[in-house]
Amino acid sequence: MTRILMKGNEAIGAAAIKAGCRYFFGYPITPQNELPEFMSKEMPKVDGVYVQAESEVAAINMVYGAAGTGARVMTSSSSPGIALKQEGITYIAGAELPCVIVNISRGGPGLGGIQPSQADYFQSTRGGGNGDYRLLVYAPASLQEAVDLVIEAFDAADYYRNPVMVIGDGMIGQMMEPVEFREPATKRELPTKDWATTGTNSSRKPNIINSLALDPEELEKHNIKLDKKYKEMEEKEVRYEMYKMEDAEVVMVAYGTTARIAKNAVDALEKEGIKVGLIRPITLWPFPYKAFKEIPATAKALLSVEMSMGQMIDDVKIANEGRLPVEFYGRAGGMIPTPEAIAAKVKDILGGAK
Amino acid sequence: MAKAKGKVKFNEDRCKGCELCTTVCPVKIVKMDKKRINIKGYHPATVEEMDKCIGCANCATICPDLVIKVEREK
Amino acid sequence: MTVVFEKTQGLTDKQFHYCPGCTHGVIHRLVAEVLEELGVIGKTVGVAPVGCSVLAYDYFNCDMHEASHGRAPAVATGIKRVLPEHVVFTYQGDGDLASIGTAEIIHAAHRSEKFTTIFVNNAIYGMTGGQMAPTTLIGQKTTTSQEGRKQELTGMPLRISEMMATIDGAVFVERVSVHDVPHIRKAKKAIKKAFEIQLEGKGFGIVEVLSTCPTNWGITPVDSLKWLEENMIPYYPLGNFRTPEEGK
Repeated sequence: MTRILMKGNEAIGAAAIKAGCRYFFGYPITPQNELPEFMSKEMPKVDGVYVQAESEVAAINMVYGAAGTGARVMTSSSSPGIALKQEGITYIAGAELPCVIVNISRGGPGLGGIQPSQADYFQSTRGGGNGDYRLLVYAPASLQEAVDLVIEAFDAADYYRNPVMVIGDGMIGQMMEPVEFREPATKRELPTKDWATTGTNSSRKPNIINSLALDPEELEKHNIKLDKKYKEMEEKEVRYEMYKMEDAEVVMVAYGTTARIAKNAVDALEKEGIKVGLIRPITLWPFPYKAFKEIPATAKALLSVEMSMGQMIDDVKIANEGRLPVEFYGRAGGMIPTPEAIAAKVKDILGGAK
Repeated sequence: MAKAKGKVKFNEDRCKGCELCTTVCPVKIVKMDKKRINIKGYHPATVEEMDKCIGCANCATICPDLVIKVEREK
Repeated sequence: MTVVFEKTQGLTDKQFHYCPGCTHGVIHRLVAEVLEELGVIGKTVGVAPVGCSVLAYDYFNCDMHEASHGRAPAVATGIKRVLPEHVVFTYQGDGDLASIGTAEIIHAAHRSEKFTTIFVNNAIYGMTGGQMAPTTLIGQKTTTSQEGRKQELTGMPLRISEMMATIDGAVFVERVSVHDVPHIRKAKKAIKKAFEIQLEGKGFGIVEVLSTCPTNWGITPVDSLKWLEENMIPYYPLGNFRTPEEGK
């Protein structure tokens, strides 16, 4: 397979087309603009459709409509735009439709800034919209992983009839790396979409896409059914990477591009004789709680490293179950942590340089 | 020309007693049956003098609840 | 005897939940009859709104998609873009379309999406218990305009059809009423025309149907028809605002 040097946003778009996505509903917002731009150019070439919606709210509702017909469909945005999409996302989750949502996230709150940030961890993993629902959330750390996960996301969405979010910070969207387009790593038996609104053809009962259930008993049943699906996702879909965990004195936890910076810190500290490991969640939901069971007895502390004021740290604490002290290092607002600053924090935790 | 002869059938249990049908009958035979109450708890619309019905379907046209079926012969 | 009127195949057997005398039932039936007459029930996808007609998905005998409040035109856009040969319609009330969903309806028309919107205007929020809508008339009492709607506080009622007619992509715009039998028959003609225009691929069409809300207006169903005729029609004049030129 040939590897092509591509910009992140475009690589994500190309991956979606490779995965059979033919409908993209977008709205401009920095730093994800190259993705809808790419789709507007490429979709017509594959007999697909690009629509620039009047808002993020409309875009996600177009996704809702298109997903109802059983089509593979995607939208993308960045943090404040994803906030606007939450209405549609909860309806899509409630109506059990597959789709893929890309968040090339930026600093917040409010309009925030346009530089890379991981301050959407809560928004991605703690609902965002109303009601008891979950998204499968992939957080790639490289463009190859972004491409692989986008392709995978369409299968996972179809398999679970659930929206899947791929979250990358502004760096993932903007940087260039060589990528190749591969078949999804997980082979899934995909169910037929006999629920889709493609017209009854006067040969079956009407299909209804809906998230309303006025009868509380019926709604609770639906909630239980959804929960069962989420439990299955927790069981089967957790992904993470463990890096240099052996004999680690401090175990860092970081995802996305922050994890790559954290790895540099791990390597630099190793040269100084300080053993540090890294847990890199690839799925933010379901969170890799089980990875924390593999932390070696040598560990004295956990360190959550994020481009936020501390959001994933909540999950790190849940995973830790009170065993080790949980420390935090973060930069926010579009500021990016340096390996040196992370290393300094580790030394600080260990009581100064050895 | 012979006067059109019609017949209306009320699916009484669908009736909500709104009385709209009684206002549009040109021969004024659609009435609310004040002696009876249907499954929904309303006095249903009914026709007693069916021989006067001309089968114009006005009542069915304005009925919001699909209560009425209309037949006609010349 | 031949049957001259019976329930259309375009509706299911489910009984409407609407209040007695509410003309939603009439409008549902007209849409369903048109779908049947055009022979398109099997290739139609309808989009239900939030509001009194939220349960429309139970009544139309075609595939249905329940949208969030005001977003039906965006949902319909998604459906129609995937299924360009299918018939797609939205059925929306005045809270849904004229308030929370103004952006979606304007831009569906602006893009001239090839679906049909049935806009039911009864000058009030029905499902939530009779609050003021953008279409509520001046002086009309609602639960959030208890002394009657005042222009200086809440502006003048919004005329959607007139507004839609300024949008090039809205190729068919007509306002009709269902307050008596002749008007019901006219309303059906307009609805049929709007669907025919969709089938011909000419662009976006909307039919605004003036409708009643006896429960929240606080008058009888029979008086509601009169109230509509005497109060709504003078402010919301009936007629065609836009229609494609023949042969185009």
